[in-house]
Amino acid sequence: MFEKFGHDFYINFIKDDRYTWLLDGLKNTMIITVFALLIGICIGFLVAIIRSSHDKSGNFKIANAICKVYLTVIRGTPTVIQLLIMNFVVFGSVSVNEILVGSLAFGINSGAYVAEIVRSGIMSIDQGQTEAGRSLGLNFTQTMRLIIIPQAFKNVLPALVNEFIVLIKETSIIGYIGMMDLTKGAMLIQSRTYNAFMPLLAAAAIYLIVVMVLTFFMNKLERRLRTSER
Amino acid sequence: MSVDKSKVLIQVQDLKKAFGANQVLDGISTDICQGEVVAIIGPSGSGKSTFLRSLNLLEEPTGGRILFEGTDITDPKVDINRHRQKIGMVFQQFNLFPHKTVKQNIMMAPVALKLMTKEEASKRADELLTRVGLPDKANAYPDMLSGGQKQRIAIARSLAMNPDVMLFDEPTSALDPEMVGEVLELMKELAQSGMTMVVVTHEMGFAREVATRVLFIDDGKIQEENAPEEFFGNPQNPRLKEFLSKVL
Repeated sequence: MFEKFGHDFYINFIKDDRYTWLLDGLKNTMIITVFALLIGICIGFLVAIIRSSHDKSGNFKIANAICKVYLTVIRGTPTVIQLLIMNFVVFGSVSVNEILVGSLAFGINSGAYVAEIVRSGIMSIDQGQTEAGRSLGLNFTQTMRLIIIPQAFKNVLPALVNEFIVLIKETSIIGYIGMMDLTKGAMLIQSRTYNAFMPLLAAAAIYLIVVMVLTFFMNKLERRLRTSER
Repeated sequence: MSVDKSKVLIQVQDLKKAFGANQVLDGISTDICQGEVVAIIGPSGSGKSTFLRSLNLLEEPTGGRILFEGTDITDPKVDINRHRQKIGMVFQQFNLFPHKTVKQNIMMAPVALKLMTKEEASKRADELLTRVGLPDKANAYPDMLSGGQKQRIAIARSLAMNPDVMLFDEPTSALDPEMVGEVLELMKELAQSGMTMVVVTHEMGFAREVATRVLFIDDGKIQEENAPEEFFGNPQNPRLKEFLSKVL
């Protein structure tokens, strides 16, 4: 039995350096996740600030309407479809780097969810905080940047981490546009060795480890941000 | 220090504020001069807090004008942020920034607005912390302080901007009774140092002892205003008489 295990391991990972397919795939998964995360956070915070200040003061009417359409469309359609549209429609006639396509598609998708998370965080901060900032002479942007966003961020960090984790795993559908990520790497090995067990379990284990490591560091960060509380 | 009647800091002209159909302020006019300590009293819902919050445009008036140091701050073209720097405000709920230490709370606005360098602001914060009697709390977070301490820090934060006038919105109403005294004591010191103050309060003792003028607001109008001795000793308005009989 051990002999068979050893043989399977050799066929699936060692032969032809097949383990590098998983590693290269993991690299792409991480790159796309990080870029998508950055894009998602930028879009998310922007949309959240526009939406919440519209709700409070009635400013940004047009921008708010645009944001609402964005949220409705992105949250109302499957991510796979958005990815396919980004690849075959938006960038259909030009050849661009798949990493760019993937990062954009996932970033725009994630931004919608981040926006609602951050908005709930901003809304959870007492109006008195804004009033205190404004009464000191800080303008809207300074009040947001120095007072509201830091507190909102701390409140929604667990939800943001959750969104980050979802994002990592969701990138596994990027194989639909022919890009080699961790999942695709595992499937490639499977297609060569006709063995599903090992490559797929290996991919699952790698996703799991990445998520666990990330969760560990995020918990640390969260604890550090909580130092101002008794 | 005494009141300088020749130097009007805030001129309020026929100020009106309505929330929908609810007319909260119905034509308030008054001048607030350099060095004055104006106490505003009145039943709850009378519009006294709304009036105070209109003075730095936290509430936008729906009519009338407010001239601060000669500038009509209700004019939408005016940069209200610049004028708010000179109008300190202290809130009932303190509204300290919980994610910053006490000292960072005090330093934040002067540094962010580039009025002071970090070093200057730090020095000023230390001075102010000594002045409000809490030098040992510089690195504490607001949530570790008692209500009275929080309010004293809030006053210090406001003072860090070197305001020309300070607005107090029921500064002792959220405090436990034994902490009211320390805040009132600090406000009294401020008044004696010549700070122009407008104070919405339920502390009749403070109004009587520290104020140079007392306003009674009810139904969105100033019903009576006078120096404290006359105001409390010989009230004219029947509603003020009734109010005083309840609270004194």
